[in-house]
Amino acid sequence: MAAVRETIAQVQSIDVDQYKFGFETVVEVEKAPKGLSEEIVRYISARKGEPDWMLQWRLEALELWRTLEEPDWAKITYDPIDYNGIHYYAAPKKNPSPKSLDEIDPEIRKTYEKLGIPLSEQEALAGVAPENRVAVDAVFDSVSVATTFKKELAAAGVIFMPISEAIREHPELVRTYLGSVVPVGDNFFAALNSAVFSDGSFVYVPPGVRCPMELSTYFRINERDTGQFERTLIIADKGAYVSYLEGCTAPKRDENQLHAAVVELVALEDAEIKYSTVQNWYPGDSAGRGGVYNFVTKRGDCREARAKISWTQVETGSAVTWKYPSCLLRGPESRGEFYSIAISNGHQQVDSGTKMIHMAPDTTSKIISKGISAGFSQNTYRGLVKATARAEHARNFTNCDSLLLGDRCGAHTVPYVESRNSTAVFEHEATTSKISDDQMFYCQQRGIGEEEAIALIVNGFVKDVLQMLPMEFAVEAQKLISISLEGSVG
Amino acid sequence: MLEIKNLVVQIDDRRILNGVNLTVQTGEIAAIMGPNGSGKSTLSYVIAGKEDYEVLEGEILLDGADVLAMEPSERATAGLFLAFQYPLEIPGVNTMTFLKAALNAHRKARGEDELLTPEFMRLVGEAADTLQVPRDMLRRPLNVGFSGGEKKRMEILQMYLLQPRLGILDETDSGLDIDALRIVADGVNAMRSPNRSFLVITHYQRLLNYIVPDTVHVMANGVIARSGGKELALELEESGYAEYTAHETV
Repeated sequence: MAAVRETIAQVQSIDVDQYKFGFETVVEVEKAPKGLSEEIVRYISARKGEPDWMLQWRLEALELWRTLEEPDWAKITYDPIDYNGIHYYAAPKKNPSPKSLDEIDPEIRKTYEKLGIPLSEQEALAGVAPENRVAVDAVFDSVSVATTFKKELAAAGVIFMPISEAIREHPELVRTYLGSVVPVGDNFFAALNSAVFSDGSFVYVPPGVRCPMELSTYFRINERDTGQFERTLIIADKGAYVSYLEGCTAPKRDENQLHAAVVELVALEDAEIKYSTVQNWYPGDSAGRGGVYNFVTKRGDCREARAKISWTQVETGSAVTWKYPSCLLRGPESRGEFYSIAISNGHQQVDSGTKMIHMAPDTTSKIISKGISAGFSQNTYRGLVKATARAEHARNFTNCDSLLLGDRCGAHTVPYVESRNSTAVFEHEATTSKISDDQMFYCQQRGIGEEEAIALIVNGFVKDVLQMLPMEFAVEAQKLISISLEGSVG
Repeated sequence: MLEIKNLVVQIDDRRILNGVNLTVQTGEIAAIMGPNGSGKSTLSYVIAGKEDYEVLEGEILLDGADVLAMEPSERATAGLFLAFQYPLEIPGVNTMTFLKAALNAHRKARGEDELLTPEFMRLVGEAADTLQVPRDMLRRPLNVGFSGGEKKRMEILQMYLLQPRLGILDETDSGLDIDALRIVADGVNAMRSPNRSFLVITHYQRLLNYIVPDTVHVMANGVIARSGGKELALELEESGYAEYTAHETV
């Protein structure tokens, strides 16, 4: 088919070089020497001015990590990672942790301006209704460089700060919850993160409080040969509500960069956490060189009755993605949701999905996954839905759809279902479709150009998930999707 | 309006059209009849610009403009509309969204602003009523789960909205019961105008009872074998295509 041949030609010429955020910021940095050892862990802990309990926690994690094997069950292949060839800590030299927003290094401020992230509260306020305000925590390599609207949030009782600060200022909260959802030795990458994590966001919403604005963290990897190991911990106390969004980008580099994050969410009785991700790490170039290795452990714990956690993700970046945002449904009537759009192009490999673990009666979960593969990419949905013996009347609905653009890419669906309770009802639907030459011709015969036809079909395909994102991010995500697929069909 | 000169076309090294010559005047309804495999559908696809067909010789002119040099979407906005024999299903894309994209693409090509939603809704609503298309069809993904008759009516609805210079109906009557056929024919007749032409491709004479053509052409072996007035269709109904298919064995 002529169109398919052209698609292949187009795809071969794709740079994932349409990546719009591949610039580098030149700032002086302080880096830990390459490699991973007890000394490095002590170095990181000391730089952060951590209490001894935290250091001990990290050292224990390092010991555990050394006993663990790198997982190999995902449908991804990559060159072996040299864990001693990475800097585990990099921070801008000039004032790494500014006390106020005015003290931010102008170079870093410029970086975030280019990325469209306002680091000044005035900018964030300009023309924005109060209910649409967004507080931002900006993490640059290993440190948080700015957090906005801290005062306003504090007035509502909400704690929103870099986790490094929370360890010093709210040790009782951090000690209670850190590692309580993702244990230190949960998996190879979680253990690694626990040993060397450097920064990330901490959120605590007190009982009955509805967080007055969207919270957001923006992660940027800048330095060469540097890994980013962020740690995010969000706690919604009884009856609280919070909506949180993270965004990620990195410069274009020929070598691969490692990103191994851990995110833990805890929702207590009647609390709700909505966690959205727009992941746009550098995906590598058209030959498959470079790009971020994204090995992430994200898990939410609906710890008490009627708690609700929903994950929404738009994944367009990274050379390799290994990521399964999950929900532990431990409270009766608690609810977990997972909405995902995963787009792969060029030589990207995505192995992503979720786990819904029903451990209490009347728990419900919903999974909507939309995978779009183009170019030479491989895109796998991997999901587990499980009911323990206690999960009377648990219910899950899963819908996994895959869309293929061109015929050199792959889409795979690997659902696991385990039910130990006969009253649990799990439903699974899956489809795989391909935009055919005939569909394209049909659209064009109605006057609709090729790129627009693709956009129309792709938007139709992902709209159920897009509408789960906070309004302003949905628009961003839509743009991102069309950029990611630009030129993917001839 | 439409001039086809000595059109020679092949697909996968197999000749389908062997020098088609055909002229359709502005305001004319021309019918093309012929046995299966004579090249009728190929002709409609080549005019609309479907890939896979290789034009070896000849030209197609629409109002004097070289159609073969245009992209399929340009041909559409230049006023060529093809009502498909087998309309495609577009899952996930709401019919209204699709209609709006198509209509706005045409407006954009004419240098006009996009239609505002209320105006668009009114246009589609009127068209749907005229063509007896139930409103709930408009809320479903385009053609997904539509019956054969519904799909054909949706084609005519699109043609009605896009108001082409030349409407090509490719076996629109196939798979239609008599009521659906009448609705489709009424839609086409409502669009008859001195400024618009139609090319009605059909195997059977039946459709031409409802859409009465000005001229009838018989296609066989990839050429126009005979041309005449509307009475030619009746004659063919009597005699069948045997006379034309016989050529193939010669």
